[in-house]
Amino acid sequence: MPQLDDRKEHHSELGDGVSAQVPTTDEVQIKTPEKICGMGHRKKRKEDPRFLQGKGNYVDDVKLPGMLYMDIVRSPYAHAKIKSIDASAALEMDGVLAVITGEDLKAAGDLHWMPTLMSDTQMVLPIDKVVYYAQEICAVIATSRYIAADAIEQVFVDYEPLEAVVDPFEALKDNVIVRDDKEEKTNHIWHWEAGDKAATDAVFNDAATVVKEKFYIPRIHVSSIETCGMVANYNKAREHMQIYMTSQAPHAHRTVFALVSGIPEHKIQIISPDIGGGFGGKVPVYPGYVICAVASLVTGKPVKWIEDRSENLQADSFARDYHIEAEMAADKDGRITGLRVKTLSDCGAADAAANPSKFPAGLYSICTGSYDMKAAHVEVDGVYTTKPPGGVAYRCSFRVTEAVHMVERMADIMAHELGEDPADYRLRNFIRPDQFPYKSPTGWEYDSGNYEAALNKAMDILDYRALRKEQAEKRAKGELMGIGISSFTEVVGAGPSKDYDILGIKMFDSAEIRIHPTGKAMARFGTKSQGQGHETTYAQIIAEELGLPSDDIEVEEGDTDTAPYGLGTYASRSTPTAGAAAVMAARKIKAKAKKIAAHLLEVGDDDLEWNIDRFQVKGSPDQAKTIQEIAFAAYTNHPQGMEAGLEAVDYYDPPNLTFPFGSYICVVDIDKGTGEVKVRRFVAVDDCGHIINPLIVEGQIHGGLTMGLAPSLYEEIVYDEHGQNLTGTLADYLVPTAVESPKWELGKTITPSPHHPIGAKGVGESPTVGAPPAIANAVVDALWHLGVRNIDIPITPPKVWKLLRENGVTD
Amino acid sequence: MSEHEVTLTINGESVTRSVEARTLLVHFIREDLSLTGTHIGCDTTSCGACTVLVCGKPVKSCTMFAVQANGADIETIEGVAAGGELHPLQEGFWEKHGLQCGYCTPGMIMTAKDFLANNPNPTEDEIRHGISGNLCRCTGYNKIVEAIQYAAEKLQADAGGE
Amino acid sequence: MIPGAFDYHSPQSLDEALSLLKQHAGDAKILAGGQSLIPAMRFRLAVPSILIDINRLNDLRYVEERGDHLAIGAMTLERSLEDATVVRSSYSLLHDTAGVIADPLVRNMATVGGNIAHADPANDHPATMLAYDATVVAKGPGGERTIAIDEFFTGLFENALSDDEILTEIRIPKPGAGSGGAYTKLERKVGDYAISAAAVQLRLDGGAIVEARIGLTNVSAVPMRARAAEAELAGKSPSDDVIEAAGKAAAAECDPSPDLRGPVEYKRDVTRVMVKRSIATAIARAKGGN
Repeated sequence: MPQLDDRKEHHSELGDGVSAQVPTTDEVQIKTPEKICGMGHRKKRKEDPRFLQGKGNYVDDVKLPGMLYMDIVRSPYAHAKIKSIDASAALEMDGVLAVITGEDLKAAGDLHWMPTLMSDTQMVLPIDKVVYYAQEICAVIATSRYIAADAIEQVFVDYEPLEAVVDPFEALKDNVIVRDDKEEKTNHIWHWEAGDKAATDAVFNDAATVVKEKFYIPRIHVSSIETCGMVANYNKAREHMQIYMTSQAPHAHRTVFALVSGIPEHKIQIISPDIGGGFGGKVPVYPGYVICAVASLVTGKPVKWIEDRSENLQADSFARDYHIEAEMAADKDGRITGLRVKTLSDCGAADAAANPSKFPAGLYSICTGSYDMKAAHVEVDGVYTTKPPGGVAYRCSFRVTEAVHMVERMADIMAHELGEDPADYRLRNFIRPDQFPYKSPTGWEYDSGNYEAALNKAMDILDYRALRKEQAEKRAKGELMGIGISSFTEVVGAGPSKDYDILGIKMFDSAEIRIHPTGKAMARFGTKSQGQGHETTYAQIIAEELGLPSDDIEVEEGDTDTAPYGLGTYASRSTPTAGAAAVMAARKIKAKAKKIAAHLLEVGDDDLEWNIDRFQVKGSPDQAKTIQEIAFAAYTNHPQGMEAGLEAVDYYDPPNLTFPFGSYICVVDIDKGTGEVKVRRFVAVDDCGHIINPLIVEGQIHGGLTMGLAPSLYEEIVYDEHGQNLTGTLADYLVPTAVESPKWELGKTITPSPHHPIGAKGVGESPTVGAPPAIANAVVDALWHLGVRNIDIPITPPKVWKLLRENGVTD
Repeated sequence: MSEHEVTLTINGESVTRSVEARTLLVHFIREDLSLTGTHIGCDTTSCGACTVLVCGKPVKSCTMFAVQANGADIETIEGVAAGGELHPLQEGFWEKHGLQCGYCTPGMIMTAKDFLANNPNPTEDEIRHGISGNLCRCTGYNKIVEAIQYAAEKLQADAGGE
Repeated sequence: MIPGAFDYHSPQSLDEALSLLKQHAGDAKILAGGQSLIPAMRFRLAVPSILIDINRLNDLRYVEERGDHLAIGAMTLERSLEDATVVRSSYSLLHDTAGVIADPLVRNMATVGGNIAHADPANDHPATMLAYDATVVAKGPGGERTIAIDEFFTGLFENALSDDEILTEIRIPKPGAGSGGAYTKLERKVGDYAISAAAVQLRLDGGAIVEARIGLTNVSAVPMRARAAEAELAGKSPSDDVIEAAGKAAAAECDPSPDLRGPVEYKRDVTRVMVKRSIATAIARAKGGN
């Protein structure tokens, strides 16, 4: 794997025609002994002891003296004018200190509106009208949680209901305007394109076969088991705001708060403590956070706001809600030549998805996927509706989930249309290993990949050919069995500074490592784990580089007062960015360590070589200094003229994104009586490059697969025609239990990233991206012979039942 | 309206507090007793993050009033590691990576504790059904099942007179 | 999320409970398992000013065969029903039902009496008790009385108990030789209410179905018996055609409402399927010895 000591070297700017084929293996590399426990070890997590004993510190566990509680009055209408808000009864209640309305926030300095992460604006609290069901109307501050809950029942709001805007196609007609605060009275927000329209049209004109299909990927909600919340603690004497917050990106949030509130950034501390799951849902700035901070500012006391599950499901950021029209072209040999996609993005009442700012449709243009095709053109339009804002909060990798769903479904439809086995069809259309780095028709440069190896492996694990035989036999008897494949290419690690920023802040990430005299270390990062195991994996990366036992490295994240600036953890970016920063910082330390070792051993730098945890004299390994000896010397015996200490910080600007990939195969059996889809087997072969901790990678994949199964068969946010959320509690928003979730079977290949310092790619969202089309393809495959070509997810029993009965199939 | 004195045993220790009748057991445990290992994850009795043992039975403490627990014996996650030594379930969750964010974990362990006491040699299917009242978003459940299997084996081995 | 305030009583005897109930008639609600009531209170859909907690009435927790019937104390936990050996061995329908009510944690608090008294057509016991031709025992200030299950459910969330009565026991007639029963429930996920479910209890004699009662879950406003379906089975030898006819009849006579679980046509058709599957299992059990 490439050794990159100088940042300038890790570009993949190779000339045209030069292949950088990276070899694929499937054995996890382990180079350090157990006592050091570097990369590749199945190390038990360092963070677990506190969680296992109930000693985690989540936001709702924070208790500060004199703390007050906030609860929020919410709109029962999706679209309505606010005629009046009468909080007098609430204010008379014992224990109620204040009621904060939009008017109050306006008077406090126009705080009733805030910027979104896409540079749109969103109401913090409304004055004139509400634009989504469960929108925040006003907040009550009280001395106890229970009194606050009573008080919100005593606030009386007079609404004049307006027509809701629920259907995004209707919204485009501009009959009812959602955002009349805007100068231009339209619901159309933006139009975005990628690829070459002319070249694509040409390819379609020449095509021997064209398949067309429409897909609706409905709105879903991440529903991490911990909801969102904050404790804001304004200290009037110090003019200092301390905030505990469920935040996946504490530094970015601090900067946004500073800009919005006017409190200087050095007087704001955001602490993101233990977070009970994020998955993108804890990236946006919700109105509740802003109101809570203002409440503390105004009262001078700590204020806690923890949302209920219902509030979380009904008002917080969603994911998906893409209406897709796709066409795929193939030549006379059945080779895929082009892709044409039009999409309508239902954004809700503000453009607030946490995408990098130049990407209103995220990384959607990755949609040519794993296939080598000549041309593609993608268009997306964003539209306002009277629903909560958002778009990428469900482990979605910036719209890659939608892109992959579309292309994997289309490839499958094309294969079936041509009468080819879907696995064989993919194998002959894949980008070949020798084509990497691969320039896609929409401008991506894929770093490395070996799609055929992954698919072949998945097929082997499952004995795919035998299953196809079984399917044929069953079909002859009228039994419905399906096999679905998804061979996805993911794109993560946002991102290089030339293209990526959030609200202007570049998307580097950072690591700061400091080694103490006694050879122990502290490492702080700009990311923030919400369960991904950074306290363990980052320590393993550093252990690999510096030979310090990973147990001797204390990893910290989440406190903006101490951690170096970073953009946080989401979109599977931590390993690609902060993981790389850890390597680079470690290598800076190693460079200094070498000089100290040379000084201690009284040799020249060039006489030394590194061996796992020590510098030793070439040809004379007994003459060596361990990293611990070097660390001690850094404080007690460093060379004259050299600074003491042994530490470094690195802000890593990735040269490219990374491209994890995989092949998933799903086997389903369909109950002809009830329409239920039973997942019999699901094999997932993932390639995330070099693996830091296989135990943790497996956990990430299992979790992502269940979050891929969920929207495929169970979860959907449903609105009625008045914009009321019908699935606003866990009673109807169907998060899978251990019974619905299958026993996932995993395999792996390892094709490192040539530009990442340790060849790792990131993996957290691959399964959520890859799984839904595998499941959808399996169900359609089971029913193809009946004339079924597409079923939109979630594939619920009533949907399947309807198709069966329409096609004369019953129990 | 009515305030009541509640006396109960929590993790072996007797406590007495005065509470409103409507105080939910989960709030009593977290706020009045400052035992924050038991978590709140929903408002429709759906997620099980609040599971504690009441008189040995795992119940969702968000769907019970503290006054109902008057005179009861309650065990929370904080009481599971006896004398500082991890319980086989805690060991199993650690060994097998049965937790990621840790939020559902206390509830899972309390449910599993009673489950294994009644079904010491369960099948995988029985385990999955046994924890079907506890939602997890992070793990995909595979490794929670393995953690419980690990604990079952260890408990059997310990019981076998090691 | 937080219930409204209320006054709380925790009677130590049934008589004390009845006395409190009479005293606070109209303002008070009985707190049994609380697994339906407390969620409703947390959303302030139910706002009782007085709760009478009957969980101390341990005399009402039992499952025992008494001669010609199984007697279940109203405060018996669903979990106890699941664990009871006599239920597993001799009351298969009840055993099936006990294992699919909500989830295992809820079953550690929820009571059989509560599930029935709530008179919710979405609960699983009403259909089961209808299939068993159970009898409800109630106690009030005037003493004890029995109510046939066919008369117990009077409307949506309405039962035949008067305001001052407490349901104390459910009696299930001991099935005779050649009996079999089964409960088949279609749910969106574990823990959910049924999309549709069918409780069947029947008896074979000389190869023919001589008695059959079928209860349906969540496909009507009031827990219902599928009488037309029962009529299709009466006196007949079980066959695929007979079972299909019974299923079709149940589908036609039920009255499901469209909701997130499915449209009316779907619910009707899966009712047919649930009834068929329960009948088939009941017959297999009847033949195989219960």
